[in-house]
Formats: sequence, structure tokens, C-alpha cells
Amino acid sequence: MIGALLWRDLRLATRAGGSAALALAFFAAVATLVPLGIGADLKLLARVAAGVLWVAAVLAALLSLDRLFQADFDDGSLDLIALSPLQLETVSAAKIAAHWLTTGLPLTVLSPLLGTMFGLPVAATWTLALSLLIGTPAVSALGAIGAGLTLSIRRGGLILPLLVLPLLAPAVIFGAAAVQAILDGLSDGALLFLAAFSVAATLLSPFAAAAAVRLNLAG
Amino acid sequence: MASMFALANPKRFMDASAQFLPWLVGAAALALAAGFVLGFLAPPDYQQGDTVKIMFLHVPAAWTAMMAYGLMALTSLFSLVWRHPLADVAAKSAAPLGAIFTVLGLVTGSLWGRPMWGTYWVWDARLTSFLLLLFLYLGYIALWNAIEDEVRAARAASILALVGAVNLPIIEFSVNWHTLHQGESIMRADGPQISTVFLWPLGLSALGYTLLFLALWTVRIRTEIMQRRARSLMLGDHA
Repeated sequence: MIGALLWRDLRLATRAGGSAALALAFFAAVATLVPLGIGADLKLLARVAAGVLWVAAVLAALLSLDRLFQADFDDGSLDLIALSPLQLETVSAAKIAAHWLTTGLPLTVLSPLLGTMFGLPVAATWTLALSLLIGTPAVSALGAIGAGLTLSIRRGGLILPLLVLPLLAPAVIFGAAAVQAILDGLSDGALLFLAAFSVAATLLSPFAAAAAVRLNLAG
Repeated sequence: MASMFALANPKRFMDASAQFLPWLVGAAALALAAGFVLGFLAPPDYQQGDTVKIMFLHVPAAWTAMMAYGLMALTSLFSLVWRHPLADVAAKSAAPLGAIFTVLGLVTGSLWGRPMWGTYWVWDARLTSFLLLLFLYLGYIALWNAIEDEVRAARAASILALVGAVNLPIIEFSVNWHTLHQGESIMRADGPQISTVFLWPLGLSALGYTLLFLALWTVRIRTEIMQRRARSLMLGDHA
């Protein structure tokens, strides 16, 4: 039943009107604007690449958060899902997984290409991709809390980033720091901290997101 | 705990707070005055000169801002677990105060940073985490304002406050990666590393800020309760 829900969300995200491809295009467009803004100096670009791509990835993921619960809330299917024998916590986890598979994962796959275009060395490029692979589940998970909380707000898309972005600071810091460490020839534990943060966020967020969805469905 | 839950009744809270509020305001004024006068009279620091006196405005503001978030998260927990309207009101009223103390901490810190570090702003750990704290407060306030239904807004904001409370230490830790800010000098295992001529005014102004926060918090809670009563009276007239 979880599988059916996951499969349904994946198909909705990838078919016409879904936003998986749009998030990817947004990510690439932001990454293209940055060198236009700060100049084409590859040395400078390599220094800022990890930070820029991480921020762009977070923004791209936020952009598509509205389809996590909002579309189902608006057309009433979230009520039906809530009436099903599935726990809302499980539903949230499945929806987070679907969101990650259609935004975080494609962004990760695209990132080595953009990293190379930013002049990152090969080792740093792979670290960047690895950090995105590890860290983007936390973005989808914490984003789900914000998406749940803003369900009943008209134009909730405006308030959602304010709620979620401060919570995502650790992911951006550790993700970019891991790449920076490779560039400086150091080894530090940033990736491990990123993994710890991501695991904790992914495990705990479905509960908070389910509580948020429940309060918006009640009454 | 028993007395706290007795006070959790809005009527009883209004009666009791009317009694203790003047005392609270008086004590806050006294402690602040004593702290600031002592702080003003304190000798200049051998390295920082007179700018060290910004400390008596800055450090307690930062402490109070963090305490306010702690109290907001605690009352949010009460509001979620016991569904108590007074806890909703208390959490809601704490947020703007906490945001203002955060701004005060940021502004005084930046004014202190200019002579000390040669710049108003550095992307340093404490400063950055404080800026993020401000955004957490602003998000909380925005969520309260955006949801029309009061009960729903209270529960959504409570969840956000608790998520923020869990995340805040992690944010603090993650931005601590590189820091320029001075290390901990008060709460140390080997005793405070600060001269008593500075410790006394700092302690007194910290007490003053805390009492000031509690007094303002009480006023805001009372105002909110009266507002809700007025609204329900008006709704009653139209019904």
C-alpha cells in the first residue's frame, strides 16, 4: 500500500504538470546565473562552487515542496489517504521519499556536470555529489514539516522558505565544508556530521510532518 | 508544578499577575539601574578600553533572547500536550519579545565588533547562529499571523517551535565550525574567567534583562487575554 502511494507520487511528479523536471531546470538556471554575476574566473568559481550548488539545490527542492501535500490537500485526496489504514507518519515518510527521488536524487546526478563547469577538481566533484546524495534527504524531510504546517495557508509558498531555510543551515554548512576540505587538502568529519544530521532529520521529520498535516485536516 | 497549573487558569492568572506585575516591573528597573550604573562606573578594560561596557548591554540581551526561545518552546510543549489556551497565549506572546532581544543582541554586538574586530559584521559562528535564531522567531510569528483559525495556528506554531528547539543546538554546533567570537568565560568548570568588577554589573544587568523580559511577557499575555475576551464579547453581541 505504501508502495502504491510512492508509485503514485512518483508518477505524478514525472508526468506532465509535475515539477521534477522543473526543479532540475531551476537548479541548472541558478547555477548558470552565478558565473554571469561574479565573473568567469575558474579559480574563484571553484572556491564558491560547493556553496552555490548547495544553496541552489536547497532552493530547487523548496520550490517543489508544494506538491508534497498541497495538491492532495486541495483536491481532497489527502482526506482519503488519511482515512486509509495507513498511518499518517508512514504516508509522510512515503511522500518524503517520493519527493527526494524526484528532486534530491536528480539534482545529485546533475551536480557533477555543474561542478565540472565550475572548475572543481575531480575528487572535489565527487565529494560534492556525495554530500548532495547524503544531505538532500534532510532537505526533503525538513521541507515536509514546513509543507505540512503551511497546508491551510493561502499563498503558503511565500512563508514556507522562511520556516524551512534556517532549519537547513546545518546541511548547507556541512555539505559545502566537506568539499572545501577536499579543495584545501584537509580531511575533516563534515560528511559524517552531514550524514548524522540527515539520518536524524529523515527519521524524526515524518512524525512532525504527520502532526502538522493532522492538525490541518482536523475540523 | 501544582502552583503552575493553578496559574494556568486564565482568570486566576489575571488576578495573580495584576498583583505581582508592579513588583516585577520595580525589581526589573532596580536591577537594570544598578547593573548599568555599576557597569558605567567599572574601570576600562586593559585591552578593550571603555568599549568593554557594551558587554553589559550585549551579553544579557543575547542570554535573554535564548531564554525566550527556551520558554517559548516549553510553553509550546505544554500547549501541544495539555492543549491549554494559556500556554498558547504565553508562547505566542514570547515570540516578538524574543525577536526584539535577538535584534538588540545583534545590534549591540555589531557596535562592539566595529572597534574590536574592525568590522560591523563578520560571518562568525555566534553572529550567524543569532541571525538564524532571528529567522526562526520571524518564521514563528509569520506562521501565527498567516493562519486565521486560532487553535490551528497555536498548534502549528507549537510544532514549529519544538522543531526549532530540537534543531537549534545542531545549528549552533554546525556554525561553530570556525569562530572568531571569544570563548566561554562565565559558565566554566574552573569558575568565571572574568574580573569581579565586571562580573557584578554583568550579573545585575542579566537579572534586570530577565526580569524585564518576564514583566513584558506578563503584560503581553494579559493584553492577549483581554483582547480575546473583548473579541468573544463582541461576537456574543452579534450572535
